[in-house]
Amino acid sequence: MSLAEWTTAASDYAERIDNIFWLLCTVSGLILLLVMALVITFVIRYRRGSQVERGELPPSLKHEVEIGWTAATLFLFLFIFWWAASAELAALSPPRNALEIHVVAKQWMWRFQHPGGAREIDTLHVPADTAVRLAMTSEDVIHDLYLPALRLKQDILPDRYTYLSFTATKPGTYYLTCAEFCGTDHSRMGGKFVVLSPAEYARWTAAQPEGDDLAHQGEALFRTLGCSGCHTPGSSVHAPDLRGVYGRLVHLSDGRTVTADEAYLRDSILLPNKDVVAGFSPIMPSFKGVATEADLVKLIAYLKSLSASASRQGAPP
Amino acid sequence: MTEVATDMTLPFAPVEETGAASYLDEGHTIMSWLATTDHKRIAILYAVSITIFFFIGGAAIALVRLELIEPHGWFLTSDAYNRLFTLHGIIMVWFFLVPSIPATMGNFLLPLMIGARDVAFPRLNLLSWYLYVIGAAFTVYVVIAGGVDTGWTFYPPLSSNYANGQVVAAAAGVFVVGFSSIATGVNFIVTTHMLRAPGMTWFRLPLFCWSMYTVSLVMVLATPVLAMSLLLIVAERAFGLPVFDAAHGGDPVLFQHIFWFYSHPAVYIMILPAMGVVSEIFACFARRQVFGYAFMVYALLAIAVIGFMVWGHHMFVAGQSQLANLVFSFLSFMVAVPSAIKVFNWIATMYRGQIGFEAPMLYALGFLGLFTIGGLTGLFLASVPIDVATTDSYFVVAHFHTIMVGGTVSAFMAGIHYWWPKVTGRLYHEFFAQFAAITMFLGFNVTFLPQFVMGWQGMPRRYHTYPEVFQVWHVISSLGAGILVVAYTLPLIYLGWSLFRGERASDNPWHATGLEWQTPSPPPKENFHHVPVIDAEPYMYHETGHPREPGEPTPVREQGE
Repeated sequence: MSLAEWTTAASDYAERIDNIFWLLCTVSGLILLLVMALVITFVIRYRRGSQVERGELPPSLKHEVEIGWTAATLFLFLFIFWWAASAELAALSPPRNALEIHVVAKQWMWRFQHPGGAREIDTLHVPADTAVRLAMTSEDVIHDLYLPALRLKQDILPDRYTYLSFTATKPGTYYLTCAEFCGTDHSRMGGKFVVLSPAEYARWTAAQPEGDDLAHQGEALFRTLGCSGCHTPGSSVHAPDLRGVYGRLVHLSDGRTVTADEAYLRDSILLPNKDVVAGFSPIMPSFKGVATEADLVKLIAYLKSLSASASRQGAPP
Repeated sequence: MTEVATDMTLPFAPVEETGAASYLDEGHTIMSWLATTDHKRIAILYAVSITIFFFIGGAAIALVRLELIEPHGWFLTSDAYNRLFTLHGIIMVWFFLVPSIPATMGNFLLPLMIGARDVAFPRLNLLSWYLYVIGAAFTVYVVIAGGVDTGWTFYPPLSSNYANGQVVAAAAGVFVVGFSSIATGVNFIVTTHMLRAPGMTWFRLPLFCWSMYTVSLVMVLATPVLAMSLLLIVAERAFGLPVFDAAHGGDPVLFQHIFWFYSHPAVYIMILPAMGVVSEIFACFARRQVFGYAFMVYALLAIAVIGFMVWGHHMFVAGQSQLANLVFSFLSFMVAVPSAIKVFNWIATMYRGQIGFEAPMLYALGFLGLFTIGGLTGLFLASVPIDVATTDSYFVVAHFHTIMVGGTVSAFMAGIHYWWPKVTGRLYHEFFAQFAAITMFLGFNVTFLPQFVMGWQGMPRRYHTYPEVFQVWHVISSLGAGILVVAYTLPLIYLGWSLFRGERASDNPWHATGLEWQTPSPPPKENFHHVPVIDAEPYMYHETGHPREPGEPTPVREQGE
């Protein structure tokens, strides 16, 4: 393993962050030099018994000096804040139509599920020059996906979704690792982060054994787990129609309105009584322990694909 | 005794002979110490206790640094490694750094500096030490019973549902020792408000007293929140109350908010007293008034207040909103302003001074260096995108060790040497002390500067094994830790020697201006026989400072206002 696997800046964002880092190094280096120069000068010049002029400062000067360096420090810090924050804000707007890869972390391994159906353990392949969005959850404790080459990390919470968006630009093999202490083998929870050119990524995906994409696997699960028994138009059981549910505003029986994102769909499968849709009875059983994390990823991918096809057909949002 | 007799000219020295000459002679039995309510003796009890825990916590991290010489480890299992760094964190934070300066020097000096006979609640003061001992007993039990491996931060669900160690006992120890902090804080606040001698107005208080006052406010307001967070962890682990369990509608991030609401101010609990100590020392060893005294006071207060509003900067990658990240980032930059002002003021205090290089001053200069490096790297971490890149890496480890450990321990050692003659009535060996001070500064930088480098390169923290590319930095860092072992054990030896064989100290060997120096060394039980009356500002070194050596011409041509 070479140091470059850690330190290469593999995205435009990472290069911007490096620039901020080096600017901060320069500014702090200058301040440190100033402090050291002053201390060394004073300590030598005003050492005990040296024959140099010593007297009182005029009180007005004292006051001006104090206000002067307070203001200077304040403005310098405001400038650094603004510069760093603006870089952060620019990277904030999440890319549209990003390639969405699901990440499940558990003690002490990573599982990645690609939209094309490919699955991999402890290695993540992504296409370069393509917006990628990782949707991440944990099966046990808090983990943190750290991609040093992208200067990015994000905590991964159990029973919650967190996201990490990036566009890698430099193909290569880098490192990925866990940055949040997660128990015994925390330090061994690492792997490879491989950035491929888009064409290579397409070839790689096609070569994976799991032929079917996530949404189709989810559709199969939707039937085998029995979801379709109720959530199908015309079913004898009164259950919400799930076509186009993803991304929609849902009115709940307790008066709240929520957006049906991944977290909502997941909670509705595992904790069906938490957010009951207005007009329906809380009769759905929990699928906790029945549907695994991998199943949930597939089911949610399926539900999202229903939304995509619904909006293409011009159905109401 | 003879010293006391010859120095009777000091303005507030006791004029009547009493049975016992000093607080040290008020009984020599074990019970005379364990049942004492004298703030000076309680300070000694604390000093002994925290020294023991400092060396336990230090031994734990010495093993860790030794293990890290090899990328794949060579004598510890991963579980043992995790338990050692957890133990190091818990002991060093709660059983050394938090009580370090307030419970020892604060207890000993606050009443002396404000001209009081004791703290406001002497028995509460003794109780606080017993609470510390009970908390410490829990921690010793944790060590014997196999340790705990959650990290000192106790994040759920690792701590509540997954960790195998003694989480409940460890949390109980920290919970109990927290009340010791609260008791000390309450005591200091009331003491400062009620027991100041006549003429000791708020703006005549030495900066050390101000630092004790502000740190007490933080301890009293923040520590209950720590108690709360630990109780909830115990409730979840022992009784299954799913407060932080998202599968039952709880929130694991909620714990981090509560925990850091205490633990960020806790950083200021460690560093504010250090600022107070070095302010005394810079003034004394530069023979100058502290530059910008009023600004120094306002800066202490500003740090204490803003320090409560920056906890979210520990959670930039924990899943809090981007808006929250920016607000916490902004406030973190703001809290750095008063800290920077203090650095400039300490430097300006040396301007036109008459600077001596005894050990306390060398430690204080070391503090200045480490505090500046630690503070500047804090600006990196306050910037959201840099923090996202470097949080949970060795960069953070190096940052907080440099500022809160390097800063606090340097100031602690500075204070120990500065007030050693007052506390013990004896002098320490100056050359060894100067040597230890320089060794500590060098050792600290050799240990932690490499960690900044490898942290930026991506080395994650709390790693038992690591890629070979980082080995060179780890080896240098472990070498630095070896230097620190020398720097920390050396004082134990020469100060221990001084305790029994050291030359007797005069009442005011530094020719300092503080009230604590106007009474015999060591002070009598009641501190002052006559209540002192104060009619001047602190640090009047230009007017009242004695020349350092007899016959040396006074350098100050123009006298102070």
